Order: sequence, then C-alpha cells, then structure tokens
Amino acid sequence: MQYLKTALADGWRYRFLLQNLILRDFRLKYRRSILGVAWSVLNPLLTCLVMYVVFDSIMRGLRGEGIENFAAFLLIGQLLFNFFRESTTMAMESVMHNAPLLRKVYIPKYVFPLEKACFAFINCLFSFVALAIVLVVTWTPVTWGTALLGLYPLAMLFFFSLGIGLFLAALYVFVRDISHMWEVFCTLLVYASAIFYDPRMMDGIFQRIINLNPIYWYITSFRSCVLWGEGLTLNMVLVCFVCAALSMGLGLLVFKKTQDKFVLYM
Amino acid sequence: MEQQPIISIQNVSMRFNLAKEKHESLKEYFIALAHGGVRFDEFYALKDVSFDIMPGDFYGLIGLNGSGKSTLLKIISGVYKPSQGKVTVRGTIAPLIELGAGFDMDLTARENIYLNGAVLGYTPKYIRSKFDEIVDFSELQDFLDVPLKNYSSGMVARLAFAVATITKPDILIADEILSVGDFLFQQKCEKRMAELMGGGTTVILVSHSIEQIERMCNKAAWLDHGVLRRNGDAGPITAEYRKFQKT
Repeated sequence: MQYLKTALADGWRYRFLLQNLILRDFRLKYRRSILGVAWSVLNPLLTCLVMYVVFDSIMRGLRGEGIENFAAFLLIGQLLFNFFRESTTMAMESVMHNAPLLRKVYIPKYVFPLEKACFAFINCLFSFVALAIVLVVTWTPVTWGTALLGLYPLAMLFFFSLGIGLFLAALYVFVRDISHMWEVFCTLLVYASAIFYDPRMMDGIFQRIINLNPIYWYITSFRSCVLWGEGLTLNMVLVCFVCAALSMGLGLLVFKKTQDKFVLYM
Repeated sequence: MEQQPIISIQNVSMRFNLAKEKHESLKEYFIALAHGGVRFDEFYALKDVSFDIMPGDFYGLIGLNGSGKSTLLKIISGVYKPSQGKVTVRGTIAPLIELGAGFDMDLTARENIYLNGAVLGYTPKYIRSKFDEIVDFSELQDFLDVPLKNYSSGMVARLAFAVATITKPDILIADEILSVGDFLFQQKCEKRMAELMGGGTTVILVSHSIEQIERMCNKAAWLDHGVLRRNGDAGPITAEYRKFQKT
C-alpha cells in the first residue's frame, strides 16, 4: 500500500516529463514532412486501400463472402491492430533507448513504456479520422449510442497493450532476442486477429482458436459497437476487462521485480 | 539540539557483474551455459561505506579513477540501488552528474530547456518563469531555435548547467562539471555554486583538482578502491591526499 502511494506520487511529479516526451516524439515524427500530422490519417487510409484492392480482387476467396462494408471492417481491424503492434514494439525498446538518461538521473523507469503507449494511442485517435472518412464515403449509418460504447474496448486495449509493453520492455533489457521474436509473433498475429476475415463464417475449430486471441476480442467488440450498432455482449465486456487486467498484472509485476537491475545491464 | 544529517549513508556496498560475461542474446547465454555454467566476475565498486552529510556542508569527494566516487554519487541520486546498505536523503536533489542528461540533439535549445527541466522534475510553469534567466546565464540568446546537434560541446554544457541550477535544491551533486567551458564560464559556475551555498544548499563535489576542493569545500571524503579511507574536515584530508599522491 505504501509502495503504491509513493509510486503514484512519483508518477504525478513526473507527469510533465511524460507530456514533454510525447511532445518530443510528435515533433520528431513530423519534422521535415510537408503533410505532417495528415500522414496519421493518410497512412492507414492508403494502406487500407491497398489491402482492400488485394482482398477484393486477387484474393477474394480469402476474405470470405458476406462481409458488409468490407472497407470499414478492414480499416477498424487494421487501426486497432496497428495500435497494439506500434505501442508494444516501441515500448519494448523504450527503456533501452533511454539508457543514457537512466544511467545519469533518477526517473521512474515505467515512464518510458507508458509514454510510448500514450504516443501510439494518440496517433491511433488521429487515425480515426480515416475511419470517419470511410464511414461517410460508404454511407454507413452509425448509431451514436452504441458507437460511444466503442470507447470501452478501446480503453481496455490500451491497458492490455501497456501491460504487454511493460513486460516486453523489462525482458528486452536482459535479452535482446525478444525484439526479433516479437516481430515474427506480430506477423503471426496479423493473420490470427480477424483483420480481413470474419471467423464467424468459418468452421468450428478455426473459430475456437481465434477466440483465444484477445486482440480479436478487442477488434470485434469495437466493430460491434461502431460498425454493426449492436453494442457489447456480456462476454465481450468480461473478456476485454480480464485480458487487460491480466496483462497489466503481469507487466507491472515483472517490471517492478526487475527494474532495479536495469542499470546494471544497460 | 542535534541536527539531523541531510544525507546518511549506512554500510553501502555496490556489486557489479563485470561485463566480460554479459549475455545479450539467448544464443550467447546458452553457449555460456554449455561451457560450464554462467559465471559472473563480481566486482565491488564500493565496500561498506558509511558517513553522514550535514545540511549546509560543502563536501568534496576525492580519490583516484575507479575508486567509486561516481558510483557513490549515483547511489545518492537514486540511479543505482545499492547491493547492500541504505542511503537516506532528506531533501530534493539537483544532480549535475553528467550534464545534459535528457537533451535530445534533434530538438532546439528552446525545446530542450523544457524537456530537460521536466527530466529534473520542474513544472512547465516554473520553467517558463525562469526561461529568461536560463537564457541569460547560458549566453545563447542568438541560438535558441537551432537544433542542439549544431552546438559546440561548450555551448551544450553551458545550457545544461544553466537549466540544472535555476532551482534552489536542498542538495546539489556535481561530478567534475566545472572542467567544461572556458575559464570565464568556469568562474561563472563557481560563483553560481557559491550563491547556492549561501542559500543553504548542501553541495557534494567530485573533482580531480585538489586545489578546487581545498578552495571550496569544508568537508571531504577520500575513497580508495571502493573503501572509505578517511572523512572529516577538508584541510587535513587534502593535505594527506597530496602526500599520498607524491609517493
């Protein structure tokens, strides 16, 4: 309890650092680019267009028939998955990248993975403009009541990613192989997260395997709220919450247990 | 009434596993494991060091290279956690251990002042109110919007010193920082540190210049291979250290 209290006080004291680091990342990301922040919208839009063309023409068989509004379906999956991949990958390397800083002054170390998760999340929010454009262009009716519920899976996905990010950041300090493993694992996840297909249209075994993937739950819950106007089922609420809680628990535990040794391995 | 020490160092030891066998990838680790186990060469940078620092002291740390001075400073400022023992600090610390920690070379001086200030735990409002003072002290008015990578190292050091000393911390930790910059700037730094001292700040200074320690410090501690050899009033210790250097 005492530990929690000091940790929170520490975090409050360093909130401006968090804010400054996010600002720095933004400045550096869009420095010397003419379109600047517009790329946060253009990038997913164009990527989605490419995938749309590929799955709508060449590999039509793969996407499964009967998905209404495939463009928006695809874009949602892609946006949420990209957030997960970006935030975890950046968080993983964040502690190590800031080694010169951590060796010189005292800063709570969790600031760095947290900052990367926030940065990726803000980027993701910008990218929702792309989703809005697609929804308007395809004349999709949006029910505001259920669309607002979409904030729930989104928030839970943030904590889920943050927990994984903390866990990876701690491991990465000791074993650099993690970054390669994680890259490959993310590629596997792309195909197992129902980004461009709907597992409900597949046979039983496959569907059950996909059901074990938390990312799929976050994406489906979000689609259900924003795209299908169906809101959340009890299962969605529970799975989203439990996965986020487990991930945060694991991440915080591993990070806390190992953080005092970080400086010795940098 | 007995005054409480502002920093008390109790039986502090710091153990490092030498980098000779640092396994950065699983392959290396398993190879080492196959070759008769994972060995670590242990190395004590500090062995059972204890002493107290009282409020208002100007404490000099002396010793040869590798005697553990910087390690001790890092333990006091919270970067390292000691392997054994305990350090109690009662107050805020401004670490001038390596200046410019947290500077991003791609950002401009203006942006870096805010970033570095945040690293040191200042609020943006506070930095804004002190902004002109920082710029004046560092004499970089004409270069505020230039990325730091285009600065000379002396300019970076000036900026870093200016940011680090705008606050009135309870404790100032300085690790050979006064060796940067030209002599004019060095004088300016010494003056600023003397000012801070007047404000009741406790200073811990590491320097290889024994003259500087004699001139500025009232207390000194002498570290030798991680062991505290002597500590107390600066005069006798620096005299003895000089004799030791000659032999």
